[in-house]
Amino acid sequence: MRSLRDALITFRRSPLLSALSVTTIAFSLFAFGLFGLVTLNIRVALERLEDRVEIRAFIAETASPESMGQAAGDISAYPEVSSARIVTQEQALGRAQKELGDFRDVFEGAVLPASIDVTLKSGFRDPATVKRVAGRIKAFSFVDDIRYGEEWIEKLYRLRNIAGVAGVVLGTAFASVSMIIIGATIRMAVLARAREIAIMRLVGATDAYIRRPFLIEGLTKGIMGGLLALLFTYVARSIIDRYLIETVFFDRKVALLGLVFGAMIGLVGSAVSVGRHLRRI
Amino acid sequence: MIRITHATKVYPRTGTAVDDVSLHIGKGEFVFFTGPSGAGKTTLLKMVYMEERPTSGEVKVSGTSSITARDRDVAQLRRRLGIVFQDFRLLENRTAEQNIAFALEVTGTPANLVAPKVSRVLTQVGLAGKGTAFPRELSGGEQQRVAIARALVNDPFVLIADEPTGNLDDRATRGIFQLLRDINAGGTAVMMATHNLELIRRQEFRTIEMNRGAVVFDTAENGGAPAARAE
Repeated sequence: MRSLRDALITFRRSPLLSALSVTTIAFSLFAFGLFGLVTLNIRVALERLEDRVEIRAFIAETASPESMGQAAGDISAYPEVSSARIVTQEQALGRAQKELGDFRDVFEGAVLPASIDVTLKSGFRDPATVKRVAGRIKAFSFVDDIRYGEEWIEKLYRLRNIAGVAGVVLGTAFASVSMIIIGATIRMAVLARAREIAIMRLVGATDAYIRRPFLIEGLTKGIMGGLLALLFTYVARSIIDRYLIETVFFDRKVALLGLVFGAMIGLVGSAVSVGRHLRRI
Repeated sequence: MIRITHATKVYPRTGTAVDDVSLHIGKGEFVFFTGPSGAGKTTLLKMVYMEERPTSGEVKVSGTSSITARDRDVAQLRRRLGIVFQDFRLLENRTAEQNIAFALEVTGTPANLVAPKVSRVLTQVGLAGKGTAFPRELSGGEQQRVAIARALVNDPFVLIADEPTGNLDDRATRGIFQLLRDINAGGTAVMMATHNLELIRRQEFRTIEMNRGAVVFDTAENGGAPAARAE
């Protein structure tokens, strides 16, 4: 109780520095949050797209229906494959005409190649796996050509990775700065109370007892920074959602993790500083 | 109770502060430490309450050794010591009562015991009516009494006083000294560093004179008058 009261006193004593440390923690987590949001939304988008990831193996006209059937059976036995369906020339034409709607006439009298359409199980839809499975299918002698996952899926993946890395790098940089600022505020607080601390020591207060209010101060600032960051991120997301594209927000667990991370920044920053400066009193 | 064995303290910048001192202070003893400024009195007292540890040798206080004690042990030891300084070291924004209660609060004394203990020591030091006064409202002698009350509130076995009368006039000095004698009569040992030869001359207490970090005279060993008296 006493520790908490002492911790709150510092907010009053140096409001500017306190506000500064809360804000830097908030920005640090905001950087994490914003890029995390980008990563999350790209991932959600990728998941939706991945449902449509399909490998289409075009079959040479010379292939016999039996060998096609057997190949389809073999392919569907691959551990990554969820289904392998034969699409005959007629079906391919029908599908193309249907997809084109009003322009169906262009296919009048055309011949489209038959194919085996392969869908993959979820978890095996990343570019590398798709490429590998496609390679194996291509090995069948009657497969003319093979099409799979467009290049832009790969680009999306790359974008997601870049957003993730940028978030971690920027967030870490901000986190370091906020730890330094927290450390400076704690240092001021320790020095402002040097006399009191010296007396506490003389009468036999333990270091843990002396440290506690400073740690609570750091922790409180960290949690406040975390809450602020959550608010920033939520507002940013709402703006994007309203004016740009539909986006999803973090679930409760991730939001809580953000708060915990803020608390950790505050706690570590103050623990390091208080340990160093108590020694000098 | 307090045993100092070949204790030497060397500071990296200023050199030797205490030079190979060996002493024993018994239960309930009253000991004066005297000598010129820089003689090592303060450093020696600091080693007793383990603010400083000897560079070599050992200081052992009621079972706590300067060689093996961890920070936690030092904190526990200090709860059984009373320490008083020339500059009182009171918190200006707290009343006399609150200053004394502070020592109890930060060592985890149950809240219901604080008020009776504070009131008892305030009476003991003769400030029963001044508990609600702030330090700035008290005279120097009264402030030192508050500091002594704070030192006594945890029932120490030894009171360490470093120049407790250094900032006080003669009358206040006599008052504080009488208080320390009363405390000693109650069974608490007192270790008092002082420049006040007048004070020492009039007493029969053990006197240890230091110079350049070494003990140059100890009435307990020599039996006769210390050099200070002969001056």
